Amino acid sequence: METTAGRARSSIFPLIFFLVFLVITALATVVAAADEPPKIDTGDTAWVLMASALVLLMTPALAFFYGGLVRRKNVLSVLMQCFLLMCVISIQWVLFGYSLAFGPDVGGWIGNLDWFGLKGVGLVPHAGYAATIPHQAFMIFQMMFAIITPALIIGAFAERMKFAAFAVFTLLWATLVYDPVCHWVWGIGGFMRNWGALDFAGGTVVHINAGIAALVCALVLGKRIGYPSNSAPPHNLPFAVLGAGLLWFGWFGFNAGSALGAGALATSAFVATHIASASAGLTWSLIEWVRHGKPTGLGIITGAVAGLVAITPASGFVNPIGALWIGIGASVLCYIAAVIMKGKFGYDDTLDAFGVHGIGGIWGAIATGLFATKTVNAAGADGLFYGNPAQLMIQVKATLVTVVWSFVMSFVLLKIVNAVMGARASEHEERVGLDLTGHSESAYTILD
Amino acid sequence: MKYIIAIIQPDRVQDVLAKLEEKEIHLVTVSQVLGRGRQKGIAEVYRSHKEPGNLLKKVKLEIAVNEQFVAATLEAITSGARTGSIGDGKIFVLSLDEVVRIRTGETGGPAIG
Repeated sequence: METTAGRARSSIFPLIFFLVFLVITALATVVAAADEPPKIDTGDTAWVLMASALVLLMTPALAFFYGGLVRRKNVLSVLMQCFLLMCVISIQWVLFGYSLAFGPDVGGWIGNLDWFGLKGVGLVPHAGYAATIPHQAFMIFQMMFAIITPALIIGAFAERMKFAAFAVFTLLWATLVYDPVCHWVWGIGGFMRNWGALDFAGGTVVHINAGIAALVCALVLGKRIGYPSNSAPPHNLPFAVLGAGLLWFGWFGFNAGSALGAGALATSAFVATHIASASAGLTWSLIEWVRHGKPTGLGIITGAVAGLVAITPASGFVNPIGALWIGIGASVLCYIAAVIMKGKFGYDDTLDAFGVHGIGGIWGAIATGLFATKTVNAAGADGLFYGNPAQLMIQVKATLVTVVWSFVMSFVLLKIVNAVMGARASEHEERVGLDLTGHSESAYTILD
Repeated sequence: MKYIIAIIQPDRVQDVLAKLEEKEIHLVTVSQVLGRGRQKGIAEVYRSHKEPGNLLKKVKLEIAVNEQFVAATLEAITSGARTGSIGDGKIFVLSLDEVVRIRTGETGGPAIG
């Protein structure tokens, strides 16, 4: 029941946030700089811009992939969370996130705020990051990664997290977990980049990061009411299948776009991405066929996504056969994690965000240390299977550090948010559904 | 007057409606329901979530009839819905106290027509 005092109190936070947002934007307006004439490659730029659009598409695709898997009374809450991130993280990125992630390095840990409000981020290429495309093209491409990474976590706490708490948590997470890890692996001066850790498109930065945060959220928020005996089947599997198909499509932007140019490397990453997805989808189906006698729609799409997750860090460093093995490994490991392990340990990782992105990302990061070959990417390294065990150790180190950072920070942030505003929806809200209680909306009418 | 509720297999609906038409019984309300008898359903598997298949899709027909049409209605439903397998369904016959035709205000037997 809403009291007048309650409604006034719950309106104050969005109001304060909006005022803070306006003030920061005003500050950023004052410091905007002028640009010089750019020197760019049109093919590279066209591809990176297209890839950015493809990666953005992955967030609404993910929204439907997840949305189809929840109960119909919660589908809008999932879509809404994804769309909010498209808005909020974009702004955070422009105002200070990009600067923290990719800006001038401070001690190997983080970027400084020189690029606050994209000051100094113009259309002249940034020679260190992407010499043939406008700096803003690189920035906007990376923005789409920053958006989808927190969206992945939604799968762990679906159907039971309060919207306001979600908004605050993911904003803090993006700033204090995503931006630092992004800097370590991809930022110039980042300490993992300096180790020589290989992560082509985001195995550590995106999937391990989000996957571990997902596990934390599932553990801290606790199980849904009645889980596991009262849990419901997907309310719209066709949505999930469509979402998965669009994710596969968008992933070409995610991985091949990370070549930051249109040419041989982008092609190689494109091919590797596709093959890993195909082999992983088939493998999951075969596992189900053997275990249950029937392959399922949910299984084949989960397998395909697991393959895409795993190939992400490896995509620019492995050849097609390496990609094939990585896909097979992804489905085997993620199947064990999502279908067998989760049931045995009893945690409610609702949509297997940890099982697929966490475990898949860890496998992918390690597999990069196995299958990487300089014949595909001379700027990379050779992996264990090409006679260089050292790379595997670097990958393991990078994985461990990311796991620990994400686990600890996600835990701390969620605990803080929970203490300040309560993260979990009330029992009443969970029973009635988040769409109605959180957004006053119903996804599907029953009567016309 | 009687109120007849029939739970039948979803794929028998058209046959039952055709048989009812033959017997000049036009009034019917049809709804989709879930239900179970002694028949076991098909188990569903969604990753780690397994449903043993307790509830099955059925169709419910609700028909208000005057006494003299009860036998014909039961005959029509039974012959249209019967497949001989478990899960064919059941028919319940209830006493009906009052009927009102909303458009004209008629009550009782004439309201059923």
